[in-house]
Amino acid sequence: MEIFDIFLLETVLNGVLFGGVLALLALGLNLIFGVIDVVWICYAELMMIGMYTVFYLTKTFGWNLFAAFAAAIVIVSVLGVLLHVLVIRPVLDSEPINQLLVTGGMLTFMQAAATLAFGIEFRNVGVSMPSLVLGEISLPWSRISAALTALVAMVLLWLFLKKTYLGTAIRAISQDRGIMPLVGVSPARIYLTTSAIGGALAGLGACLLVLQYDVHPAIGLSFGPLTFMVCVLGGLGNMLGGFIAAFIFAQLISIGGFYFHIEWGYVMAFAFFIVMMFVRPQGILGGKS
Amino acid sequence: MSAMLELKNVSAGYGTFQALFDVTLSVNAGEAVAVIGPNGAGKTTLLRAISKLINVKSGDIAFEGRSLATVEPHRIIELGLSQVPEHRRLFPRLTVEENLRMGAYMEAARPKFAQRLEMVYALFPRMKERRHQMAGTMSGGEQQMCAIGRALMSGPKLLLLDEPSAGLAPVIVQSIFDLMRKIRAEGYTVMIVEQNVRQVLKVVDRAYLLEVGRIKASGSAAELLASDEIQKAYVGL
Repeated sequence: MEIFDIFLLETVLNGVLFGGVLALLALGLNLIFGVIDVVWICYAELMMIGMYTVFYLTKTFGWNLFAAFAAAIVIVSVLGVLLHVLVIRPVLDSEPINQLLVTGGMLTFMQAAATLAFGIEFRNVGVSMPSLVLGEISLPWSRISAALTALVAMVLLWLFLKKTYLGTAIRAISQDRGIMPLVGVSPARIYLTTSAIGGALAGLGACLLVLQYDVHPAIGLSFGPLTFMVCVLGGLGNMLGGFIAAFIFAQLISIGGFYFHIEWGYVMAFAFFIVMMFVRPQGILGGKS
Repeated sequence: MSAMLELKNVSAGYGTFQALFDVTLSVNAGEAVAVIGPNGAGKTTLLRAISKLINVKSGDIAFEGRSLATVEPHRIIELGLSQVPEHRRLFPRLTVEENLRMGAYMEAARPKFAQRLEMVYALFPRMKERRHQMAGTMSGGEQQMCAIGRALMSGPKLLLLDEPSAGLAPVIVQSIFDLMRKIRAEGYTVMIVEQNVRQVLKVVDRAYLLEVGRIKASGSAAELLASDEIQKAYVGL
């Protein structure tokens, strides 16, 4: 009984660590939706490109891991800007379904392009980290450092949104797009900046995931739908809601996996999501229309 | 003397609908000018055209002798033209102080933020009390103060007010016009668009009457207030 409880505690702690990373992924998607009103369906595919960037820079070109991380964040950030300029901007005034179709199309395109360019092999950066051992509990440092980094990034983003002019404008624009020019803000420029930040967050997510997971062209499918559901569960565009939802999802997956099997953890999380969509379709903290 | 704001034969509208026909008017530095008229006369369209939220179809709008034709919408405020939009349009889920910070968004206003914040708080002490409150949770009158404060944060040369009394309770309306006097006393040049003709004519120097998109009459506030046409149609005496 004693041992059993310890393992459950370890499971919960693992869930917390996973929740931190999931919260970071959701934050980027929520930020984009909140500001631009478009869902980047291909968000996780941007992460996939970031993961490949880290893999090739370290493995093929022998870069230092942290230099590769920095490069991945910059590259994915630039991709985010390109995505906005080339794909999103032309459909900004179109029907939402068309916006979903183009970003969904980008998902397929990026997967196919990655398959052609990088092959279907599973790649690993091969960085092995020890585990933190506390009595009977053992937590991998790769997970702990990922969760801590995610936490620091979220705090920094929060400070940016709360304390700076640009951050305030980013929060303001979703509340009243029409009058932004009256206060001297160019919405087009805010969209570009937000796309760069959203891309950088996807790049950072890639750095955190690449230590724990192999890279392959379809890795986005493991995280894209999950991230999207976390955002919807929290209330699409609501960053605090997404944060809470990330931890709920992560615990369901972790605990479900502990009692049954990891796949059943996902089944439980998705079942919970479906039930919640009937109970609170606007999301946990959603409410604004 | 050339006017601060000058509209020459301005026509504007939305799509195929034309809301303004050949509007010519001017505002001189130091003046308070009203544009009065019934609902749907094109008053809001006029202010939207001046702030470049919509483009004019023909004619020209000039501020301090410079045509606004090639100025980007978000740069209008940098010239010294600041608008308090219809229905106030605060950011409801930002605090009062954050709304005021948005008013000082343009580069030139940022170094003066603290100083102007004190100025706005001195003008509207209520806003200082409410500074950490979400703007959307305040009463209509308080929101109007916040909206005017936000427009003042850029240090404008000309303040444009769109229906400041609309949608407010009658007791509040009176206090809003007291505010207008206070702002005039601060030395701002003001252009007010208003349906509340009797009240606004007591605050301004001159006025234009806009009906169905055309200027129908103009003159000093006293002249217009005394004219039969205005008396019958708008003042309701």
